[in-house]
Amino acid sequence: MTVAAAEDPVKLAEFEARLERGETIEPKDWMPEKYRKQLVRMMSQHAHSEVVGMLPEGNWITRAPSLRRKMVLLAKVQDEGGHGLYIYCGTETLGVGREELIEQLLTGKAKYSSIFNYPTLTWADIGVIGWLVDGAAIVNQTMLAKTSYGPYARAMIRICKEENFHKRQGYEICTVMAKGTPAQRAMVQDAVNRWWWPSLMMFGPSDATSPNSAELMRWRVKRETNDALRQRFVNLTIPQAQAIGLSVPDPDLRYNAETENWEFGPIDWSEFQAVIAGNGPCNRERMAARRKAHADGAWVREAAEVHAEKQAARAREHAA
Amino acid sequence: MTEARAQAATAAGVAPSGPTAGVAGNPLFEYLCRLGDDRLVLGHRLSEWAGHAPILEEDIALSNFALDFVGQAAALLKLAGEVEGKGRDEDALAYHRDENEFRNLLLVELPKGDFAFTMVRQYLFDAFDVLALERLVKSKHEVLAGIAAKALKEAKYHVRHSGEWVVRLGDGTEESHRRTQAALDELWSYASEFFLADGVDTAMVAQGIGLDLPSLKAPWEITVRETLTRATLTVPNDPRVVRGGRLGRHSEHLGHMLAEMQILPRSHPGAQW
Repeated sequence: MTVAAAEDPVKLAEFEARLERGETIEPKDWMPEKYRKQLVRMMSQHAHSEVVGMLPEGNWITRAPSLRRKMVLLAKVQDEGGHGLYIYCGTETLGVGREELIEQLLTGKAKYSSIFNYPTLTWADIGVIGWLVDGAAIVNQTMLAKTSYGPYARAMIRICKEENFHKRQGYEICTVMAKGTPAQRAMVQDAVNRWWWPSLMMFGPSDATSPNSAELMRWRVKRETNDALRQRFVNLTIPQAQAIGLSVPDPDLRYNAETENWEFGPIDWSEFQAVIAGNGPCNRERMAARRKAHADGAWVREAAEVHAEKQAARAREHAA
Repeated sequence: MTEARAQAATAAGVAPSGPTAGVAGNPLFEYLCRLGDDRLVLGHRLSEWAGHAPILEEDIALSNFALDFVGQAAALLKLAGEVEGKGRDEDALAYHRDENEFRNLLLVELPKGDFAFTMVRQYLFDAFDVLALERLVKSKHEVLAGIAAKALKEAKYHVRHSGEWVVRLGDGTEESHRRTQAALDELWSYASEFFLADGVDTAMVAQGIGLDLPSLKAPWEITVRETLTRATLTVPNDPRVVRGGRLGRHSEHLGHMLAEMQILPRSHPGAQW
């Protein structure tokens, strides 16, 4: 028996009729438990990805090659922390608090985007992450800005605006490096070679094998399939690569004039599964860094709480 | 200092100390480098917290402050390069000077330590920074006054944030109190360098450009002591006077920091980024 089948059939029918009419669902509205769970899963994965995503980029803040690049990267990493905070607040509207979600992240129960389990080895990676990774995120989030759950849709509209800046600065870094010295050109091409396939994997498994897709589509949490979004990203990105003289590492890539699609070769899903299972190049480092920050900060959080209690007690004494 | 020793020191790239230090060169350039380097180095130390802070709000706040300081440094070093007139821009000054050419306070280059160390350092600096910037907005040098006016808005926010944390940590748990007192004991003598004036400062005061550093000591102490009392912390009785940063004589920490910060432009001479 599925959870959805256990829901009140009248309410469920009303809920689905509302979605059919294109209405958004708000926090106080009735919703099937499965809908709520799917949203918490997606939103918390998104928030965790923003937070873990601070690490690979943070890796280059102290080595940014100019003061302007350093400022842009600082602003970007700060934005990501802000997005995480904003989406954690969004999950609270579904009755799940940040502390609980962070606990799930730190114990490995919750997932985050696998893309952040790859290392940032050179400065070019910062450019390529902005261009490809944020570019892929924008394609996905533009779709999510029309999701049926109101608070998430509104968060996505705001976040997409900032992600567009992130993508632009990333592409600019790549453009400058692609026109730069031979060493810089080699650096940026190598970064594209390493990040290309993981970026395509960001859209998730193929529709045929995606465990959550059908239901998410029916409830209009997702409006388009993983494969359709992936194709849109490739179609957008290949001309951008060509414009700055970079190639993507896919011998099967070809343009189909009839469908107007850039057709690409098969994705190595065994790599995707391995990274999801915790065996990517940086899974252990990323989780170790998050756990260390959380453990090292425990005394700070405790002190803030104790101080707030002391202040409240003094205020009560003063009032009495 | 004898003339021979002064020449030897200059030849080694170290500015001579004493009441006329830096005056023979370009005191305004020297002065702007001091202001800019404090902010660049402190911004670097704050940026090391991004992704590693105790709570997400502090990841955001500390990256934001780092961004403020690097932004201020960029404006000040750009102006320094223009004043010097040798074609160096803010990046040339940030990335292509050696350790002994940096003019920052020793306080700001110390490794970030724990969260208490970072916040106590930040508060001691921020309390000084607000007082200094309040005077620099009245500088006769219009561009500098403009940079100071923008920075002052940021500094007022910084000091509120770091001051609140010092109180919270000092008057929190036994552990947070112990860590915060230890940080204060370690850092207190470094703050003495804020108020040391030399020939560069004298020249800048005389021209109506700079501020009278020793006159800030009393108001700084009043503000800081008030906060430390609220934080239930004990003001250290540490008579040591720390000096050296303004003359390019640093701790062992700055060299490591610059090696990291400068690696790309130094490894790829002439490259644009």
